[in-house]
Parts: sequence; structure tokens; C-alpha cells
Amino acid sequence: MPDRLIRFGLPVLGVALLLLAWHLYVVVFDVPLVVLPRPGLVWDSLLKNWRLLVEEGWITLLESFYGFLLAFVLGVPLAVAISSSRVLNLMFYPLLIATQSLPKVALAPLILIWLGIGIESKLAIAWLVAFFPIVVDTATGLRNTPAEYLDLATSVRANGWQTFWKIRLPAALPFVISGSKVAITLAVIGAVIGEFIGSNQGLGNLMLVANSQVNVPLAYAALVGLAAIGIGLYAAVVLVEVALKPWFGEAGHT
Amino acid sequence: MISALAADDAASGARAFGVFDQVAKTFPAAARGAEPVVALESVSYELKQGELVSLLGPSGCGKTTLLRIAAGLTRASSGHVVIRGREVQGPQEDFGFVFQSPNLLPWRTVLNNVLFPMEIAGRNDERARARAMELLDLVGLGGFAKSRPHQLSGGMKQRVALCRALVPGPSLLLMDEPFGALDELTRMEMQDLLLHIRRVSGTTVVFVTHSIAEAVYLADEVLVFSRRPGRVIDRIRTDLAYPRKPELRYTAAFTELERRAGAGLGVVHAG
Ligand SMILES: Nc1ncnc2c1ncn2[C@@H]1O[C@H](COP(=O)(O)OP(=O)(O)OP(=O)(O)O)[C@@H](O)[C@H]1O
Ligand SMILES: [Mg+2]
Repeated sequence: MPDRLIRFGLPVLGVALLLLAWHLYVVVFDVPLVVLPRPGLVWDSLLKNWRLLVEEGWITLLESFYGFLLAFVLGVPLAVAISSSRVLNLMFYPLLIATQSLPKVALAPLILIWLGIGIESKLAIAWLVAFFPIVVDTATGLRNTPAEYLDLATSVRANGWQTFWKIRLPAALPFVISGSKVAITLAVIGAVIGEFIGSNQGLGNLMLVANSQVNVPLAYAALVGLAAIGIGLYAAVVLVEVALKPWFGEAGHT
Repeated sequence: MISALAADDAASGARAFGVFDQVAKTFPAAARGAEPVVALESVSYELKQGELVSLLGPSGCGKTTLLRIAAGLTRASSGHVVIRGREVQGPQEDFGFVFQSPNLLPWRTVLNNVLFPMEIAGRNDERARARAMELLDLVGLGGFAKSRPHQLSGGMKQRVALCRALVPGPSLLLMDEPFGALDELTRMEMQDLLLHIRRVSGTTVVFVTHSIAEAVYLADEVLVFSRRPGRVIDRIRTDLAYPRKPELRYTAAFTELERRAGAGLGVVHAG
């Protein structure tokens, strides 16, 4: 019980302290509303606009999630391809690493020109930023199969196909998950950037609109919505990870 | 060459089960400027059908290397291993290998770990499952078939690994310090279990260890290895009757064998 209290109580206390500090700061220094509204005002705005926030948030959530899904569906097979073929690996792995350090956000305006201001461009940007961590982590997992597992496969005369499906792929699963954790967070950022650059829907767009109307509490309320989406999606991946835990044991390796 | 040996074998009847013929292994230098590692220096031995041989030697003397060569997991630099008339050039269907670590696949249940070789061989049928369960019962893990490896103790994991090696009914069982990480008590239990299994299955066993007592207790013959590069410096036929009982460890004959093995290893003085 005390352990539970600490694990759940302390984070709540942390948030509460932060809100209190925020409130006191605004009140004591008399910060103008346009610069920083009181937490209470943001809360009021959340309550007043919840319908709008949910509608716009739903769009951003879908853009992020589908962008991530697309990255996963295309990224895992690509990782399999480059980690099973020496030629493909030599051809694409350096390129992949190089692209990973490229600020992909810089491509967003171009993507907007290609795909328009609809959901397609947001999907594409979310996909683009989520793609690389999934490919790189999955490929890392696939080429770091414990040597003993491979010895086991050899000793029972498993062929390449069997070794892949029964050893290499399951052994790489924890890596796929850790890549997905990074990817899903990036996908939300990607979708919002897409909305910032050109869109007429989504929470990112709502923030811009609220700003232009100097409805600062609404802009902050939209920010809270974005945080909720980010945390929610991340939590979903963590749930998958927890569900797979018995699969891999504590250390993931015996 | 293989057919010649086979013919030779047939002509001489049931002679040797396996032959290690001047097996040597040198690993290439790890880095530029480093020396290549001579792990094994010409090991020869004739393995008899149903025999249990212990390979005893200090750490790094090439025991694992020799076992892996016999298993077809590593190629010898020179010399060769012939088992049942066929030169070993890769893993054989009727070999069972028990690794130094249990090496279970954590995402599989205990039963599915045991069935892994059968699955790979495409023989994962009712009979295989029945045999796997029988083996798990034999090692006292019948109730853990559905558990996952991380729920087992070290000794239990190693017993599962033993079942996995035994499930195809191997004619040759290769074991690499399988009990090395276990506590003394569990270890002694496992040794008796191994001797029991070997008696009922009649399988030939090559058993690597660096425990003198373990080598002597289990084996028909103990091969004592020198420090690296590994060579056989003594061959000790134990001539102790089976089935062996734990009391055997406290007999004069047993301690004398231990002393001789210890002398070979240089830990006690001969004479
Ligand atoms: N793949 C490898 N590449 C290079 N050197 C190796 C390789 N495998 C083993 N060696 C070297 O060969 C020597 C013998 O190794 P081996 O693993 O056979 O020893 P061992 O007798 O099994 O030792 P231990 O009792 O500690 O397990 C060691 O010096 C080791 O460094
Ligand atoms: Mg070894």
C-alpha cells in the first residue's frame, strides 16, 4: 500500500506543485493573459470547449496513429530485408543512418506541396518521422540475435527460413517495441507539424486559430489535448510491451 | 572418403562408435598483430558405443571447441571426427547438444522448448508430444510443461535443456559443462539423473566438465586435457561399476581416481 501510494501519489503531487507554481507566478508577477493564462482559465476553457477539442483531437490522433501504423507496416519488412541481405544492407543501411540525422521536418513544406492540406500530408509527415526509429531498431534487433540461439538453431539443423521465424524475429521483438515507443511519440509531433504548416483541422490547427484570435486559454487547452494524445498513444505501446513480458521473461534472455 | 570409411566400418563390424582423428583447431588472430589462438593440438580418441567419456581440463583448454567440432558446429582446422562411419561436417540428426547455459527460448513454454528440435525436423506430432511429456515427467518437471523459462530455477532450466536434447532420441549426446552453474546438491542430483537416462536410453555421451569429482563419478573414461593448447595428457578408465551411488564418492578407489586426475591437471603431485 505505501509503495502504491508513492508510485501514484508522487507523480500527482509533482503535477500539483507545478500547477501551483504556475498559478502563483501568474498572480504574483501579474503576468498578462496573452503571455500566460492562469491554470484555472485553461481548465475553464477545457470544460467549455471539450466537444471541439475532442473532435479536433480525434483527427490529430488518427493522423498520428495511421502515420505510425504505416511506418510500422513498411518499416519492419524493410528492416527484415536489409538485415537478411548483405547487398541490401550495404546499399541502404548507411543511407538510412544518414537520413535519420536529417531534420525531416524541413521536408514538411515540400510534402504539403505534393499532397495538399488534407489528411494525406499529415500522414506522410507522421510516417516519415516514425519510420526510421522502427527500421533502425528492428534491424538492430535482427542482427543482434544471441549467438547461443543461433547455435541452437544450427544444432537442430534449422534452415534459414525456420531460423528467421522461430529465432531471429521473436528475439528481435523487444527491439521492435522499443523502436515503436520512440516512433509513436515522433508520429504525434509529425502530425502536429503538418497541421501547423497547412491544414484546416486538427489540434495543431486549432492552436493556430486560437492564437490568431488571441484566445490564449484555448491555445493552452489544445496543448493539453496534444499531451493527452501523446501520452495515450505511448501508453498503448507500453501496454503491448507489458502484455509481451511473460513472453520474454524478466531479462528477455536465458 | 566417407563411403570408404563406411565400408571399412561395415567390414570390421561394430568397432568404434566414433573416432577423433588428430583433431586440431587454431582460431585466426582476433586483431592485426595478435597471435592466432591454438585452441586444440591434435586430439585423437576412439569413442565406443554406449560409452560415457568426460573431457576434463582447465578453463580455456579447448573443451568446448572439441565438443563443438564433434557436434558439427565448428570446423576443425585439421584432422576429423567420424561418428558411426560418417565424417562430421555439420550437425547430424541423431546428435543432442546441451549447452553451457540452458539456452532456452524465453518466449516458448517449457513443453515447446523441449519440442523445438521436433518442430524443426517437421516431426512435431502426437508421438513427439507424448515423448516430450514423458521426458519432462522423468526429470520431475511434468507439472511445469506450460511454464515459461523465467519461472524456473537454474537447475530446472538445465533439466529442460536436457529433455530438449533427448527428445529426438539421439544416439550421441554432447554436453558442455551442463551442470557447471548449479549448486552442489542440485548438481549431484543431475548427475544421477543423467546416469539414469543414459542407462535407459543407451546413448553415447561426451561430457565436458572442469570438476574432477564430476568427471570421475560419471565416466567410463576420463580424458584429462593440458592447458591451452589442449592435448590429452592422461586417459583414465574408471572401471567403477554402474549404477553408481553417491556413497561411491567416499571410497578409496574413487579418491585414487580423483588424485590421478588431479595429478594430470597439476593440482596435486603425482606419486
Ligand atoms: N570463436 C572463437 N574465436 C577465437 N578464439 C576462440 C573462439 N572460441 C574459443 N576461442 C579460444 O579458444 C580457446 C579454447 O576455448 P574453449 O571455449 O574451447 O575453452 P574451454 O575449455 O571450453 O573453457 P571453459 O572451461 O572456460 O569453458 C580459448 O583460449 C578461447 O579464447
Ligand atoms: Mg567451455
